[in-house]
Amino acid sequence: MLIEDDTSLRESLRLALRRQGHEVEAVSTGEEGLRLLPTWPAELVVLDLMLPGMSGFEVCRRLRAEGSLPILMLTARGDDFDIVTGLEAGADDYVVKPVRPRVLDARIRAVLRRAEPSAGAEPETHGDLTLDRLTLTVAKAGVPLVLTPVELRLLFELSAAPARVFSRRQLLEAVWEEDYLGDSRLVDACVHRLRTKIEELPAKPVYVQTVRGFGYRFGPVPDMSP
Amino acid sequence: MRTLRRARVFFSGLRTRMVLVFLALAVLSALAAAVLIYSEARSRMLDRTQTLLIDEFRARVETHTENLAEPLGKAALQQLANRVAPGFLGATGTVVYKGGEAVSSRRTDVPLSSALRIRVTDSKNLHYERVLVDDMPYLMIGTPVMRGTSPSGLEVYLTMPLTKEQSIDVALGEAARNAILPVLTLAVVLALLAAHSVLRPVRALDRAARALAQGRLDTRLAVEGGDELARLAQTFNTTAAALESSVAELRAMEAKARQFVADVSHEMRTPLASMVTVADVLDEEAGRLPGDVADAARLMNTEVGKLATLVEDLMEISRFDAGAVALNPAEVDVAGEIGAALRRRGWAGAVSTQLEEKVMLHLDPRRFDLIVANLVGNALRHGAPPVTVRLARGLNVIVEVADRGPGLAPESLPHVFDRFYKADSARSRSAGSGLGLAIARENALLHGGALTAANRPGGGAVFTLTLPVNAGLDDR
Repeated sequence: MLIEDDTSLRESLRLALRRQGHEVEAVSTGEEGLRLLPTWPAELVVLDLMLPGMSGFEVCRRLRAEGSLPILMLTARGDDFDIVTGLEAGADDYVVKPVRPRVLDARIRAVLRRAEPSAGAEPETHGDLTLDRLTLTVAKAGVPLVLTPVELRLLFELSAAPARVFSRRQLLEAVWEEDYLGDSRLVDACVHRLRTKIEELPAKPVYVQTVRGFGYRFGPVPDMSP
Repeated sequence: MRTLRRARVFFSGLRTRMVLVFLALAVLSALAAAVLIYSEARSRMLDRTQTLLIDEFRARVETHTENLAEPLGKAALQQLANRVAPGFLGATGTVVYKGGEAVSSRRTDVPLSSALRIRVTDSKNLHYERVLVDDMPYLMIGTPVMRGTSPSGLEVYLTMPLTKEQSIDVALGEAARNAILPVLTLAVVLALLAAHSVLRPVRALDRAARALAQGRLDTRLAVEGGDELARLAQTFNTTAAALESSVAELRAMEAKARQFVADVSHEMRTPLASMVTVADVLDEEAGRLPGDVADAARLMNTEVGKLATLVEDLMEISRFDAGAVALNPAEVDVAGEIGAALRRRGWAGAVSTQLEEKVMLHLDPRRFDLIVANLVGNALRHGAPPVTVRLARGLNVIVEVADRGPGLAPESLPHVFDRFYKADSARSRSAGSGLGLAIARENALLHGGALTAANRPGGGAVFTLTLPVNAGLDDR
């Protein structure tokens, strides 16, 4: 699903994405996109932030409230504030206009890429959290959580080595395959979203902890069993 | 050195000069007044004493020579000398008869003035003279005694020490000297007051002119009174106002021009975004297109890419001009960032690095990446290999990008960071937008650092990025 208000850009992006082998449904407003999405099996939304009517941020928030459909934002260069706001609203990644089709394709594939299921892995339990690397599911106190592929990969990456400190750069390269923007705010925003989903108190995280000046680490999770 | 300069400033200061001038004036006028008063008072006093003495002397001589019977014997001469003298304090009477021996009323060390004697002998009148003997002033009076209209040959003299007058002399001198000191003090005080009243507005003017020079164009002076200084302040205010309004006008014009560039860039950006995408599609298809069309497609893709870069760079520099740039700092390993910037652009093989490990710095990774990319890209395009990137940490963190090319022409060194500056006019267009180095420099300044260009002694250009260790940037 491509949501872009400028006709020429919408058409050229649709053209380019088709050529990369994607099926594209292109709409010009956020309202139309939200209306069509339940009827159309979209795997990902490419979303322009500057839309007439409902803004891209609002579309982002609505989509996040409904599920874990990956979102890739289209932004203009230099609009740093928009990028931060968009990431906080739930976008998984962003590309800066003007964008080369190959770059856009690479970003789409990175955001869509599922974590590799590890065969024969037993479900792990960390406090209330259960991670199953075979079925690629996460449950909190037995209730399954809905995570985007990016959030899932970040959680699996961190929890693969509990207590080890990962730098933002390491996480960018491992989770986003980020090699052209190098924007560590992607990591910060994703950690923020992950925390709201898995932590009891997102302001006092126990699973994904910040190591000031270095990066993030998973745990150590205090023993919460009675 | 400093004290010396300060002393020189002090002595050449307006205040000091005014005090010195006032002092000189006061000394001169006090001295002139003292000398005048002293000499006037002295001569009047002496004249009075003299007149009294002469009148008394004349009367005595007349009284005591009236009935003298000639020729005179020595005893008679002695008696006459004695009679002339008494009554005059410390006076000595002397009588000379027909050029004979002088007979004095008492022994004295003060000889009669020979000049006076000659004048008395040669005339028929009374003569007097003031004589200094051993620093002591004496009044000497002499008169021939007449017999009818012819001289009798008898001459009577009186020598009178002016002791009293001498002491009055000294007192007058002292009084004059004593008066000078308060007069001088008063002169200094007056000079300081006058200096203050002149200097205060002058200092205010100095401060205001400095403020104006520092760019505070709204500086104005308070105009008090209607003297020359007030008119000067008025002129200053008028000048400052004119300056302010023309600078404001220029700034408004510049802002308009910049806004225009920003607006144009912004308007171009959306159609360009479509063109970049479409041109890329065409470029991918170029292999399957007939020769000329394929070349056209490739050419268009390249040029559209350049145009897009130019527009984005224009927008970026517009943001710097508008002060609308923000830092997104994070604590990063500088060597890691440089390595990533080179790998990202496929330059790792073409550039040799000399990076100090574990240099942690608080900076905006995206902007730092841009600076490194601009410098290295510039060196690869315009310099000759090997291009080296060096990272060192001293007082500041220094990133050096050097090449082995021909270096920069000395006349272009000050301009390499100017917008659209091309060092070589023959190479009118290159892969860069012409704004890369300008943006890199703005980014360096934004980090509180600096970006400079120079030529290496061994040939080749070197760009040096200096970043402060404590940039004072806060993590978001």
